[in-house]
Parts: sequence; structure tokens; C-alpha cells
Amino acid sequence: MQPGLQAYLTVAGMLFAIGFFGVLLRKNTLVIYMCLELMLTATTLALVAFSRFYGTMDGALFVFFIITVAAAEVAVGLAIIVALYRRRRTVQVDELNYLKH
Amino acid sequence: MSAFLFYFFSALTILAALLVVLNREAVTSAMCMILALVGVAALFILLEAYFLAVLQVVVYAGAVMVLFLFIIMLLDTSSRRIHVTEMNLVAAIIALVALAGGAIWLANQYPAVAELPKIQELPTDQDPLGYATAAKTFGFGLFTRYMLPFQVAGFLLLTAMIGVIALSKRAPADSGDPVKEPRDTRD
Repeated sequence: MQPGLQAYLTVAGMLFAIGFFGVLLRKNTLVIYMCLELMLTATTLALVAFSRFYGTMDGALFVFFIITVAAAEVAVGLAIIVALYRRRRTVQVDELNYLKH
Repeated sequence: MSAFLFYFFSALTILAALLVVLNREAVTSAMCMILALVGVAALFILLEAYFLAVLQVVVYAGAVMVLFLFIIMLLDTSSRRIHVTEMNLVAAIIALVALAGGAIWLANQYPAVAELPKIQELPTDQDPLGYATAAKTFGFGLFTRYMLPFQVAGFLLLTAMIGVIALSKRAPADSGDPVKEPRDTRD
């Protein structure tokens, strides 16, 4: 028996929640960034599931664009993190408090 | 069989995702992230999105995560301890429970909002943008209905490339070090 749409949406929701959990919990910028990627992947899973169950190609094509944007975003984001590390010698968010004080 | 594979890969994905969050070492987190992404690719295969599964493995688990691992090893943050405050932990767990509970409730509430579609047999030759497994359908969709987004995505990649080059180039202002540390000469 095929698992239904609800099952896939549940998995996607749980993945998204775990990603958000990580963003709130962790202090390392790189791990936070990975958790953001996890949330993005959760949304792609939901989109592919909707696409398959409604029998249209649009959701799958959106996922194609999301993967493209995510790749570009990761490249720019990691370059920013490296530039930050060069100036401040840290990637821990609680030590990056220049705007706070 | 399909149900067994679905539960197996869902459990694998969610377990790996939890390990990403709870691991102390950033490198181990990245390894678990690769596992989670491969698990999602397996779920894509179960949804018969073969092309996207390949793309997921090649682009995400391949290129993106290798970039992550490279940066983690370059910055070498492994010696740092995580110091999680109690407040932080409580807030994160509340968010996890609320978001996961809400998402699961909403997913199972779905038939009340709209009629839930049943999974259909694949081949639909009449509709050119109907769901199909072949990579050809992607090409057709990209070059007809999604022509403009496709070109914008290309332009976005170009912009990202230029942005990364500009960011990684050492600006002249960079030599004034805001952190009062002796400037090292290794780079």
C-alpha cells in the first residue's frame, strides 16, 4: 500500500521543525546555516509530494528552482562567513555582538 | 514494500536531521546532513521524481555539502565548546514541539481543507506539463511556462558568482583590523 500525501507532509513538517530547532539551539554559524538548508529541503519534499499527488509538473519545477537558488545562497553565505572569520576570528554567534554594544 | 521503504527512509532522514542538530562536532553534523539529504533523495525516488533525486544527490549532497565541509575544515571550529544556556534550550524545545505539532496537525487536517488526491498512475500523454518521470518533461516545462524564471535563475547564479569573487577578494579596508590583534602574515 502506498503511503498517502499526509505521510509525506508529516515527514516534511517534522524535518522543518527540526531545522528550526537547530537554528534556535546552536551557536555555530556554520551549523545554523546547515539547519537552514535542512528547512529548505523539507519544503522541497512537501512540494514534490504535492506535485506527485496532484499529477502536475509545477511543484517539481519549483523544486528545480529552489535547488538552484539554494546553491547560489550557500556559495554567497559561506563567503560571508569566511569574510567574517577573517575579521573577527570567530564564527560563534554569541561572540559576534558588535551591533549589540 | 513501498510503505516499508517510506517508513525506513523517513526514519533515517529524521534521525539524521536530529543528529545534525545535536552533534557537538561541526564535521559530524555535516556528515549527518549528507545522510539526511540522501534520505530525502530516496523519498523523492519513492515519489517517482527520479530526476530531482539525482539532482538532490549531485547538487546538495555532492557540491553544497562538500563546500560546507571545506569551510568547516578551513575555519577549524572544532575546539570550541557549545555552551547552551538553559533559556536557549527551553525556547528551542518549545519551538520544536509547537512547530512539529502544528505541522503534523495541519498535515492530518488537510482533507478538511480540500479534497485529498489519491495517487495516480503515471503516464498522461495529453497534458504536456502533467507529472512524468523523464528529464525531458523538465526541459519542456523550463523552456515553455517557466522560461522567464529559468533565465532569472541563470542571472542569479551569475550574480552569486560575482558576489562571491567580490567578497573573497581582500578589500583595502580589510587591512585595518577591528580586533586588536597583531596582524598575522600567513595570508
